[in-house]
Amino acid sequence: MQLNASDYLIFDKDTGTYIENPEQAVRDDVEKHHWLNVGRTIIKDWRLYLMLVPMIAVFLLWRYAPMYELLACFKIDDPTGVTPVADLSYRGFTNFQTLLLGGDALSISFWRAFRNTFLLSFYGLLFGFPMPIIVALFFNEIRSNIARSIYQVITYLPKFISTVVMTSLIIMLVAPWDPTTQKEAGIVSQFLNQLGLISDEAMKNGLLRDPTFFRAIYQISGIWEGAGYDSIVFFAAIIAISPTSYEAAQIDGAGKMAQMKYVVLPSILSTIVIMLITRIGSLLSVGYEKVLLLYDQGTDVMYTTADVVSTFAQRNGILGGLQGLASAAEMMNNVVGMLLVIGANTIARKASNVSLY
Amino acid sequence: MKRKLEISELIFKIISYVLLTVFAIMCLYPFLFTISSSISGEHAVEYNEVVLLPKEVQFEAFGSMFNDNLFWNAYSNTLFLTFYGTIWEIFLSILGAYALSKKRLMFRKGFNFFLVFTMWFSAGMVPQYLNYLATQKVFNSIGITDDKWLVVLAMGMHAMNIILLRNSFEGVPSEIEEAAIVDGATEMQVLWRVYIPMSKSIIATVSLFFAISRWNGYYWAKQMISNTYEKPLMVYIREKLDELSDTDKMSGWDEIYSPKSVIYALIVCSIIPILVIYPFIQRYFAKGTNVGGVKE
Repeated sequence: MQLNASDYLIFDKDTGTYIENPEQAVRDDVEKHHWLNVGRTIIKDWRLYLMLVPMIAVFLLWRYAPMYELLACFKIDDPTGVTPVADLSYRGFTNFQTLLLGGDALSISFWRAFRNTFLLSFYGLLFGFPMPIIVALFFNEIRSNIARSIYQVITYLPKFISTVVMTSLIIMLVAPWDPTTQKEAGIVSQFLNQLGLISDEAMKNGLLRDPTFFRAIYQISGIWEGAGYDSIVFFAAIIAISPTSYEAAQIDGAGKMAQMKYVVLPSILSTIVIMLITRIGSLLSVGYEKVLLLYDQGTDVMYTTADVVSTFAQRNGILGGLQGLASAAEMMNNVVGMLLVIGANTIARKASNVSLY
Repeated sequence: MKRKLEISELIFKIISYVLLTVFAIMCLYPFLFTISSSISGEHAVEYNEVVLLPKEVQFEAFGSMFNDNLFWNAYSNTLFLTFYGTIWEIFLSILGAYALSKKRLMFRKGFNFFLVFTMWFSAGMVPQYLNYLATQKVFNSIGITDDKWLVVLAMGMHAMNIILLRNSFEGVPSEIEEAAIVDGATEMQVLWRVYIPMSKSIIATVSLFFAISRWNGYYWAKQMISNTYEKPLMVYIREKLDELSDTDKMSGWDEIYSPKSVIYALIVCSIIPILVIYPFIQRYFAKGTNVGGVKE
């Protein structure tokens, strides 16, 4: 705050002396009673603040309190799992050192989990992100409203199916061949085998017991689940384009590709940027539910591609009792994730003036 | 005057129709396959003879499921979790969003940040688990021994949905609110008589999202509910699926239906409520998506 002498004293021409500025007295008064006024406003609007109470209580108790539990990453492990975090004694950065530089099996499996997390999300971004945009462009080609509604209703449906149901179906559809009863392999494995995409051996082993196929299964089921529903946003942006823009482009002799490039793409760019930031924000929060439900079909061999940081933490923290180590792993993952979303948001704001937060 | 389509436009149109049809079939096929498999005979299911239509039709798989008390338990538990969970979530979301939508709210930016921060940074699975364990202990000590209440009160809670509601409330013209206040309406009456009726469609959408996520919830319900008779449907389905690989149980199987058919039947039962409400919510979907409205 800049102080000016004229705020406090003004020159009085009649007497030729400086006198106190009466406005400043008022300003001082307002400043002195600032907190009193805040209090008065709050009391006047007490109902409004009362309405906030349940929401804030829930978020404090079950969103912010776990962040306090994250402190466990600096503390010793508690074998009973019931001592409050506050009562455990500190042991510094040992957990982080073990994970990052340990060099033993644990550290190797942490780096593997971190790499898998990143790769699963990165491939999701690479293959999963463009899909809804393409689907939206296709929807735009269907002129008949009824036909389009039918397509939309069908393609949105998978979004509402639970992860348990989806993974159960996957597990049964790519099930292994049973050597004792000679029951056949899952129907999807057989179909893929007949197309020549997978070998006989892979089909008989079951696709979920072979780490090679995990990423593909994860991405394809993700696209199946989300491509239709996620296209809503892009489709809304596309139908908002004025038909005259297309007409102008057509008169100028633009083919379909040129129309895409000069009419459609610029119009939906801001939507794409926003959705991209959202997507990058969740780059390191792979849905653990889906991974957990899919990967325990095989044995430990699946960990090479399927183990992500949350499942690593779950295995070591909840099942193995190493809460400190697991918290440290999740802490690193979440901090990197947060930096990614803030970075993506800042870059987008600087580059295109579009930002989410 | 109708313009003739250029060749590139025509090609793109044909590609669109073909690929969309393929995608739609991919989306629909698993559902049809599930229904057919649930009512097909053992041999047909185990040897992949069911492709689209049911073969060796039987209804015993459904029958055995309906005879299982655990199934009805699981179903009613899921209904319980969905009903109370949705009411609790919509209650605190509407109140919170209404307060946040008011410009006169002090520390509005702070409260918004409080909400948005949870979208950037979450503590993670293990700290959350420890936190839920601690809450469970507190709940038990004050006499709430039913773990379902913990799942109802603590799980879910997405900041994004509250922000959706807040944006919708901000769009209500302030003149209407002022008119109501001049007529002597209290804060609650303004919310109840003005804001809620004017944002009916967004509230419907958001509560249906809440309901579906509660209905589909699995992981935390599995972790926190230890009593067999309190488990919800999704946990029950998964347990049944895990029994499939249990060779001891499966070796003595001599029913006319395959054990897989029971799971298919369970899946059908778990999807039916969603399919019933689906046509009603379908037209609101576009409102349930948010673009660029998180910042104030």
